[in-house]
Amino acid sequence: MNRFEYVRPDTVAHAVKALADRDARALAGGTNLVDLMKYEVTRPSRVVDINHLPLRQIEPAPDGGLTIGALVTNSELAWDPRITKRYPLLASAILAGASPQLRNAATTGGNLLQRTRCYYFYDPSTACNKREPGSGCSAIGGVNRIHAILGASDGCIAVHPSDMCVALAALEAVVNVEGKDGKRSIPFSAFHRLPGSEPQHDNTMLQGELITSITLPASDFGSNHTYLKVRDRLSYAFALVSVAAALKLEGGEIRTARVALGGVAHKPWRDPDAEQALSNSPGAP
Amino acid sequence: MSSAEMLHVGRPISRVDGRLKVTGQAKYAAEYPAADLLHGCVVSSTIAAGRIIRLHTDRARAMPGVVEIFTHENSGKAARQDEDWRDDIAPPGHPLRPLHSDRIQFDGQPIALVIAESVEAARDAAALVRAECAIEPHCTQLEAKRSQAYVPPEKRSGIPPPSDPRGEPEQAFAQAPIKFSREYRVHAEHHNPMEMFASTCVFEPGGKLTIYDKTQGSQNVQSYVASVFGLKPANVRVINHYVGGAFGSGLRPQPQLFLAVMASLALKRSVRVALTRTQMFYLGYRPDTFHTVSLASDHQGTLLSIMHDAVAETSQYEDYQEALVNWSGLMYRCDNVKLSYQLAKLNKATPCDMRAPGAANGVTVLECAMDELAHELDIDPLELRKLNFASMDGNTGKQFTSKALDACYREGAAAFGWSGRRREPRAMRDGHELIGWGVSTGTWEAFLQTASARARLTDDCKLEVSTAASDIGPGTWTILTQIGADALGLPLEAVSARIGDSTLPASPVEGGSWTAASNGSAVQAACEAVKHTLFKRAQRMANSPLADASFEHIEVKSGGIGRKDDPRRSLSIAEVMHAADLTEIVEDGQASADPEQAKRYVSYTNSAVFAEVRVDEELGIVRVARIVCATAAGRILNPKTARSQILGGVVMGIGMALHEEAMIDHRLGKIMNHNFAEYHVPAHADVDDIEVIFVDEHDDKVSPLGVKGLGEIGIVGTAAAVANAIFHATGKRVRDFPITIDKLLAA
Ligand SMILES: Cc1cc2nc3c(=O)[nH]c(=O)nc-3n(C[C@H](O)[C@H](O)[C@H](O)COP(=O)(O)OP(=O)(O)OC[C@H]3O[C@@H](n4cnc5c(N)ncnc54)[C@H](O)[C@@H]3O)c2cc1C
Ligand code: SF4
Repeated sequence: MNRFEYVRPDTVAHAVKALADRDARALAGGTNLVDLMKYEVTRPSRVVDINHLPLRQIEPAPDGGLTIGALVTNSELAWDPRITKRYPLLASAILAGASPQLRNAATTGGNLLQRTRCYYFYDPSTACNKREPGSGCSAIGGVNRIHAILGASDGCIAVHPSDMCVALAALEAVVNVEGKDGKRSIPFSAFHRLPGSEPQHDNTMLQGELITSITLPASDFGSNHTYLKVRDRLSYAFALVSVAAALKLEGGEIRTARVALGGVAHKPWRDPDAEQALSNSPGAP
Repeated sequence: MSSAEMLHVGRPISRVDGRLKVTGQAKYAAEYPAADLLHGCVVSSTIAAGRIIRLHTDRARAMPGVVEIFTHENSGKAARQDEDWRDDIAPPGHPLRPLHSDRIQFDGQPIALVIAESVEAARDAAALVRAECAIEPHCTQLEAKRSQAYVPPEKRSGIPPPSDPRGEPEQAFAQAPIKFSREYRVHAEHHNPMEMFASTCVFEPGGKLTIYDKTQGSQNVQSYVASVFGLKPANVRVINHYVGGAFGSGLRPQPQLFLAVMASLALKRSVRVALTRTQMFYLGYRPDTFHTVSLASDHQGTLLSIMHDAVAETSQYEDYQEALVNWSGLMYRCDNVKLSYQLAKLNKATPCDMRAPGAANGVTVLECAMDELAHELDIDPLELRKLNFASMDGNTGKQFTSKALDACYREGAAAFGWSGRRREPRAMRDGHELIGWGVSTGTWEAFLQTASARARLTDDCKLEVSTAASDIGPGTWTILTQIGADALGLPLEAVSARIGDSTLPASPVEGGSWTAASNGSAVQAACEAVKHTLFKRAQRMANSPLADASFEHIEVKSGGIGRKDDPRRSLSIAEVMHAADLTEIVEDGQASADPEQAKRYVSYTNSAVFAEVRVDEELGIVRVARIVCATAAGRILNPKTARSQILGGVVMGIGMALHEEAMIDHRLGKIMNHNFAEYHVPAHADVDDIEVIFVDEHDDKVSPLGVKGLGEIGIVGTAAAVANAIFHATGKRVRDFPITIDKLLAA
């Protein structure tokens, strides 16, 4: 671990200012960032501890959905009655991830921004385009049974490891960010990106931006849903593959289907073909 | 001791050190404070083979707080002869000498040690050390070296090589009506006890060292340090009061020990060196092994030929050996047996004994092959095992001191409900899950090692028993206390044990499941000697009521010594000691194997393991729904700690079956999943119902206490029972451990 400056702003404005520095990093639950620092993968010049920002609320959103502050922990979110009732898909996806201890620390914003679990990414003695652009991709031809099946590039075959994000993709959440140029909202499908020739960028956030919240649109996917996760042990392992599926039924027929896949690509993977095939079809086989 | 005299032995006493452990008061090697302590951080090689051209240390040296950086160019003085580096447990070869030369033989090899005033400074500086290396070709892939495997020319002490062939195995195989040869593989598993390797070397003026080390043998470490650094053993004291799990990883001195002592002697200050979890992955591991098992039988299932050939990996510098194939020659009755065991050199660190070394993997593949044979014959796999029951050791022709394996089969099967099993695979289903039941036999040698102990009885009826044993988790503190209490008829609270200190009476390393039998018997002998002295003193008293008694008629209990047949004729311990002008009686005791008996007998712990798995056929997800493990291990000193040993072993066995695997990038010669997030051991969700049964087994030959040991047996057979259950569930046979989802789906 390198030496770094530590600051703990109280307001979003101060945090945004502190994050303007190119090598500054936000510290939320720290469950990923601290590991990355210990392994010398991330060497921030400044650590901006955002835990004192007022971003811990879950509130109704204007259109009938919910807005979830970036610092709401994964546990709080998964057990919140509004979530378990109206967005149970999200709750079950969160609970399929990590361990209770990690979920107690991990935050909503941090979960979106956690880095890939590609082994090479965490080992600075190996070449990795994501860690060191242009150095090569060791995973290609190497140990890659947990890597991408869809949307990989010649430069990177890593996957986004989050479970929560797979549900958020299916539910079409919106990510609200704030940077030096102001606030913007990014639809979930446009938030994470494919590696292409710039695998160092996991998402479309701009340098120095802070996630302040995410918004869940009003949803009627409360009743028919499942999050299925296949992994190398029965808990506490990242997904080899996962599926978040939610259906809107009308009179026993599927009106709308949402299907997102996890653990298979650089971003949570919406599967429009599967959704189309299911939509407007008889529900039961 | 007869059972009637045993109030504490045999009872489920909670660990005497339990409270200290759960309240954090039990200190581990890296937790001992020392004045002016320096901290070391190890820099590891990132290549698997080559030479160091230059180590760039300037930036690291410039870090505030850095005191010294040791490399092969300035490492402290140490012995030159291999002999001086060889510890009690070492296999033949050239023991690793950290920072000895510019040569790199495996990824993760220590190449520098940064010493600083704080842990943080040492760690930060270590990250700045850059190695410039000339890379040489390496190989970390066992399949690539299999054709160059060799029979180790020099044998590892304490490890019996495979026995010579008996009968006509090839011919019998050729002529048998039922036969097959199968290839199996059990991938390497890495040691990951909770406590990582650490040494705190306290430097005392005058050069005396007290070393707090994470080890399974304080005296092994003491003699290693003394011989490597040319010190008087009396000037080296090693302490390992508590050990946070070891499973064999702490049998041999590890590099951080050498490094801490080297730095301490060079800088004349106290030094601590602790390894990181990642660095643990570079060191001890159960070797990757290939097996060819050939079985032949008649139509009824009587074994006609067993052949087991194995190739195991070892390092470039040592020929690590374990009893890998020997089990195939002794577990079942068979007149025609051929066993072979070869090694292949890879660019990895030397493998390391790991819970039931050799048996955990060797028995697994034999037991899978037995299951395959039962399937070929269309007979019940448990019946096949019973049919071929070995009532003597075919490898040596010797008798077993006891073998209640039939009771394990019987009681285990009854508890499991084995009789309700449908024989054909894929016959049992519950919703989308296929259900399978599998069985395996387990076995492990029961050893009695030479060990000494001391007992000190004071006139206030307090007993202290001491021996340089270690408690790596099984409950040694507790059972020694129980044994002492019963030997002198005292309540548990009056007895204290002292272990984990090289200054105590001689003890072997704790390993091989021999501690309870060996050190326990030594404690018993020491207490017996105290009793004898007490008796002699009592007899010498004026008008002694015991004057005409003989020692056999005497019992010591409730603070007194008296006749068994006439409790009124007794004296209090205090009375006897005071009459002799004593405040304490101190005696030593010993235990060792009887060489005469060893000519005729061998001893093994045996078990039968039954497993139920549930397999989601579409997804390949395997759940181990329940395990019944029935064990025959002689006398059970403490059913509670004994059960814990079996539970732990079974869980590790589940890990061997389904999870544990180092993922190596052979192009780079590197283990890639070197952390607990990606190297999988069973999590709670993977462990369901485990029932532990101890069957009655009386053994008056194995050890004076009739104890066989339980540290390893729980793992042996578990992986095979799970694999066999998976076959029974799915009809798919995966012969490559661990059985992961991708392998099962592809089978
Ligand atoms: C052993 C282990 C197992 C795990 N298993 C799973 C699993 O099975 N499934 C799963 O989904 N996850 C799993 N996780 C990952 C876990 O969910 C993430 O580590 C966690 O969600 C990250 O949240 P955090 O608040 O701790 O983030 P931090 O570690 O604090 O931050 C992560 C990154 O996000 C940035 N960041 C954080 N918050 C903000 C913000 N508001 N604005 C801008 N940048 C921000 C940080 O700078 C950093 O780069 C596992 C983690 C571990 C260590
Ligand atoms: S897959 Fe991506 S993260 Fe992994 S080594 Fe290649 S570039 Fe790096």
